[in-house]
Amino acid sequence: MYIMGFWTTFYAIAFYLATLFLVIGLAYRIFQYAKTPAPLKVPTMSAPLTLWGVVIRILSEVVLFKSLFRSNKWIWLFGMLFHGALWIVLLRHLRYFIEPVWTWVVLLQPFGKYGSFIMLFGLLGLLVRRMFVERIRYISVPSDYLMLILLLVIGGSGTMMSFVSSTDIVQFKAFMLGVMYFDWQPIPTDKMLLLHLASVILLMIIFPFSKLLHAPGIFFSPSRNQIDNSREKRHVAPWAIEKFETQGS
Amino acid sequence: MAKAKFDVPAFRPYPVIPVIKSDAMKGNGPYVAKPQMQESLGYPGELIDNWQEVAIDKMGELLKKYRSLRVYLDSCVKCGACTDKCHYMIGTQDPKNMPVARQDLLRQVYRRYYTLAGKWFPKLVGAKDLTKDVLDDWYNYYHQCSQCRRCSVFCPYGIDTADISMAAREILDSVGKGQKYCNEIIAKVYKIGNNLGLPEPALRDTLEGLEEDIKLDTGVDVRLPVDEKGVEVLVITPSADFFAEPHIDGLIGYAKVFHQAGISWTLSSYASEAANFGMFIGSYENMRRVALRIREAALDLKVKRIVFGECGHAWRVAYSFLNTLAGPFDFLDQRYPIPQHICEVTNDLIKKGALKLDKSANDYRRVTFHDSCNVARASRMGNTPGGQFIIPRQIIKATCNHFYDMPEDTIHDATFCCGGGGGVLTDDLIELRVKGALPRMEALKYVVDNYGVTHMAAICAICKSQFTKVLPYYGFQMDQIISVHQLVSDAIILS
Repeated sequence: MYIMGFWTTFYAIAFYLATLFLVIGLAYRIFQYAKTPAPLKVPTMSAPLTLWGVVIRILSEVVLFKSLFRSNKWIWLFGMLFHGALWIVLLRHLRYFIEPVWTWVVLLQPFGKYGSFIMLFGLLGLLVRRMFVERIRYISVPSDYLMLILLLVIGGSGTMMSFVSSTDIVQFKAFMLGVMYFDWQPIPTDKMLLLHLASVILLMIIFPFSKLLHAPGIFFSPSRNQIDNSREKRHVAPWAIEKFETQGS
Repeated sequence: MAKAKFDVPAFRPYPVIPVIKSDAMKGNGPYVAKPQMQESLGYPGELIDNWQEVAIDKMGELLKKYRSLRVYLDSCVKCGACTDKCHYMIGTQDPKNMPVARQDLLRQVYRRYYTLAGKWFPKLVGAKDLTKDVLDDWYNYYHQCSQCRRCSVFCPYGIDTADISMAAREILDSVGKGQKYCNEIIAKVYKIGNNLGLPEPALRDTLEGLEEDIKLDTGVDVRLPVDEKGVEVLVITPSADFFAEPHIDGLIGYAKVFHQAGISWTLSSYASEAANFGMFIGSYENMRRVALRIREAALDLKVKRIVFGECGHAWRVAYSFLNTLAGPFDFLDQRYPIPQHICEVTNDLIKKGALKLDKSANDYRRVTFHDSCNVARASRMGNTPGGQFIIPRQIIKATCNHFYDMPEDTIHDATFCCGGGGGVLTDDLIELRVKGALPRMEALKYVVDNYGVTHMAAICAICKSQFTKVLPYYGFQMDQIISVHQLVSDAIILS
């Protein structure tokens, strides 16, 4: 009982901290991106002429990885498999955070379970490319490999629990809901579960400090989110107005 | 430094991914600007003692001023999509010419001084102190980027190495290590009015000579006016149009178009240069100062419209930045786009039937079109996205019978830079220029072999100068590069 109490406390507190890091860290980054001006019109042409066009452009990048598809079919394939499966797996995990479980989450269950294999396949593909394609190996630093390995550990331990050594999932859900509603319940102490949770917590913490910032970054990328209307509408940054256009003119 | 000898890359039988050759292009970079040039642009004359501190502060300042820089430095996931997209990488095989590796030269320092991960775990995230070696790498490799934006088309986050290299050059300038070619040219623009240092009397002389040439050639009095007040159109064109080949034939083409359409126009001796090298060095201040000359000339000459000649980077600054830097242009005729590209003007006139063209005059040419990088990926023409690809081709098709596009992955927004853009069109970088032209030369070879193409038309002064120089290295003739308005000039029937 003592051990269980320790792990419960440890993981509950870790979840609170990780959530704080993730939410505050990301909010700060998004705030920073939003408040930094883009002083020049630099959309990569051809660019949309309307706001709606820009919304479609960004969505086609976020959902379909359109530019990456033009660029490199293998990276697109592995990236798409990983990100697509990750979304399904994540949505499947909603069942551990809500009670009663929404119908569509229930229906997603088999896809989410088997989706984990696709996710692992995509990650392995990316890792193999990183190790064996000379150009990509050249641009890789330790954190690039570790990020993939961390995601593989998360996916691997999760898949193990789904198909090999299941944990007391009812008890885990009680723990998770307890954390959310500040009514702590004991956590199951299976090693696979603790590994899975620890690596997820680590990922949440490093998210705002790492290249995972590509997720919010893409929405703020001036080459993708600007409207092509520089001749019609004058675009000037506040600092440029202050510096050049406020001497009484 | 110019190398006496280097190997011209061989055409590749099929497009293979380049093998990397580390440090293939390591070196001291192009000639460094002289102190008086640096100072006339507002920078320290030579490398200052506390360069490290100043460079890091400057980076911090730019991070606050440019969202692009911050987002691009944070967002790269090192996926590798860009690694085979740069013409300099393809031509030189130096891995630091991979767009991501070029960005990383700046990113490693950004991480070290401006991110927690880089401050605490530099080795883990590839963060590096700003040492003299790093600074030297900046100078060398940020002058091996032509700011053509091809990598940004293929990046899943749109990370634009052009923006990063502009920021890097601004930092280098601010510590006193500017590039001779760019900074001398900007200094000349301030002092004389154009990149070539062509003073007003020489300009007048040249233009009068051209008028005589046209008269001899066609028997018609076509004017090339300068500083004429109250006319309809101010034409801003790269100064190479005044005397370099094949540029000058383009200028004659503009003159004939205005003559035939009955549009009064003038050049300005004060703003006798379209190019804005302030962009190449990433300096908002210098870019603005250069751009303001055009506004002043337009006000002074009381014109109603501004039209830009064939010049790629100039058209980027004109189309995308002029309104920002020197606007608002409420004193001009609002019925026309401000500014307008000469190709837009000509194409509109062709569509209206205002120009009589005899296509057969160009029958001895089989033509392809080189999309200039900054027109293709940083600007537009006309009212619809992609007009910058359509309009020049419509003009070519209206003026000649034989037109063939190069392979699809080398045109439109996937076009390859000529290898001389963004401030590298200087003899001390000739090896880079020749090697960087490889992918375009391969595409040209394809249409030459398959369709018997004889000429490549372009709408950029840098492209034209660069190709004139590098075509012979690849077994072509230097005069196979022509101006689009040269085709117009040859086909137009004057009255």
